[in-house]
Amino acid sequence: METQWMEKVVYQRPESLSNVPTHYCPGCTHGLIHKLIAEVIDELGIGERTIAVAPVGCAVLLYNYFELDSAEAAHGRAPAMGTGLKRVQPEKIVFTYQGDGDLASIGIAEIVWAATRGENITVFFINNAIYGMTGGQMAPTSLPGQVTSSSPMGRDVETTGMPIRMAEMLAGLPGSSYVVRRSVYDIRTIKEAKKAIRTAFRVQMAAAGFSLIEFLSSCPTNWGLAPYQALDWIKENMVPYYPLGDYRVADIVKELR
Amino acid sequence: MAKELLKGNVAIAEAAIRAGLHAYFGYPITPQTELLEHMSLRMPQLGRVFLQAESELAAINMVYGAACAGVRAMTSSSGPGISLMQEGLSYIACSEVPVVLVDIMRGGPGLGNIQPTQADYHQLTKSTGHGDFRSIVLAPSTVQEAIDFTVLAFDLAEKYRTLVVVAGDGMIGQMMEPAELPPMQKPRTTRPEWALTGAEGRHKNIITSLFLNAESLEDVNTRLQAKINRIRAEEVRFEEMLTEDADILVVAFGSAGRIAKTAIREARCQGVRVGLLRPITLFPFAHTPLNQLLVSTSGVTRVKAILVVEMSAGQMVEDVRLATRGRVAVSFYGRTGGMVPLPDEILDQILLLARRLDGAPTTGEELRGTFDRQMAA
Repeated sequence: METQWMEKVVYQRPESLSNVPTHYCPGCTHGLIHKLIAEVIDELGIGERTIAVAPVGCAVLLYNYFELDSAEAAHGRAPAMGTGLKRVQPEKIVFTYQGDGDLASIGIAEIVWAATRGENITVFFINNAIYGMTGGQMAPTSLPGQVTSSSPMGRDVETTGMPIRMAEMLAGLPGSSYVVRRSVYDIRTIKEAKKAIRTAFRVQMAAAGFSLIEFLSSCPTNWGLAPYQALDWIKENMVPYYPLGDYRVADIVKELR
Repeated sequence: MAKELLKGNVAIAEAAIRAGLHAYFGYPITPQTELLEHMSLRMPQLGRVFLQAESELAAINMVYGAACAGVRAMTSSSGPGISLMQEGLSYIACSEVPVVLVDIMRGGPGLGNIQPTQADYHQLTKSTGHGDFRSIVLAPSTVQEAIDFTVLAFDLAEKYRTLVVVAGDGMIGQMMEPAELPPMQKPRTTRPEWALTGAEGRHKNIITSLFLNAESLEDVNTRLQAKINRIRAEEVRFEEMLTEDADILVVAFGSAGRIAKTAIREARCQGVRVGLLRPITLFPFAHTPLNQLLVSTSGVTRVKAILVVEMSAGQMVEDVRLATRGRVAVSFYGRTGGMVPLPDEILDQILLLARRLDGAPTTGEELRGTFDRQMAA
């Protein structure tokens, strides 16, 4: 008798994630966050009605990595573009994916007003405290004293102000339904991040208003750190200034959970 | 449908609605605000999308998003707002989504004022944003034309997948006159195959203006230029008046073209053979029709002098000179800052040109077209 081998798939690339290599640097957490988003889209079965809006920044080519209808927005304008896409087809799921320069600097008006209107879109905000694509300049979220290519002596908060805490700020706007900060520096935080992604999409599916997740993310290349050191840097330097947690969970969202 | 008394801005808004407009996004700015106000009432009544954006930057990017979904979408503004929109307009041009933009031109530069001008001509016809592209620009001279061109703008935008601008001025926007609106069309429920509607049962659609590889971006530019050349060949629109025997040709568009008609009729009464070429499409410009007026089929020169009249310091006049390539003297008369030329001012310029053609000596001082140096030659 031949032995019958039973094969069982325990893990595979999510269908919503394209089968292509990304351009992201080794140790960058964009790829991981992409995968988590794709997994949740698959699990919720919304891939055929989801539209992604890519930012300007490292994730500008995001549309090559998701098997989703996608648009590429002007720098900072993804929430406005997402608003247009969503308002004319409210039955679709629209998400934007934006970095700290895109969302917290040049696009600050667009994100504040999308949240204020309670725009029924989901925003994934990747905060790595630096401009990655242009080569490591100071970001609105760079930490005090952080050395970057445009703050070579370290960020001087006397002249540039303190880093901006977006989750806290947006949580205070009445249109926000779900605003949380997560990270992906270890297994526990990755699991919590995925749960939050699921909640954010469910908020939108229930037409329950504006949802945003801020991810504390790594940039080993521009931080000048090895990948594992970069993950430690998030935990040791970013988390104290940007505490993880839930900043706004509206009652309607609690009912969903 | 019967004529009714309509304000230009309201007429444009209602015409767009009747052309099946699905979504309007805008920001208040004088002298176009009634357009936005009309939308704010009518669009929700009809179950369509109206949103007052936080800025013109946001408005044009909302329009961009809605247009990516394959629906009829538009915005409207005036000079300072159009400048802010230029970022989005360039993205829209490159990604080839159909969009209609209304510019009710006001005085500039800077904050300028809220009086009518035509000083956005260069901005709209040559430089609606960074990079190589052109937009179709339609210039109405009456409220009726504003209605008709708005409907046409949506058809052209979809035919060519391009940006189409309806370029009025504060006078067209604020003026009331009898006009007839088109019948109501509902927004289409079908979406074009390229639209972002969710990749249901098909491969994903991507709308982007990013092409990192130089060969790819050159291909995109080649395609855009081919489309622009097709537009140049097929979409030139203009009106001619009394040109058959004209020695003098006035070239003017929009409100200036309309005012020039009065001056031309008066000059005809005084025995001057003068006619009008009124470009309707500012881009594509009426190069060929203009040249055909210069020389008859037998090769005899027909038009002996051209007078360009604009509510600006002279912008379209550059295109007229380019088209005529020095074969005929081109003089210019313009008012700026929101000053609207009176028929008598234009008549004076026509009569002056007529005297000059008769060989009478004239001085540069007599040419009140203060921006012109060409005629002295």
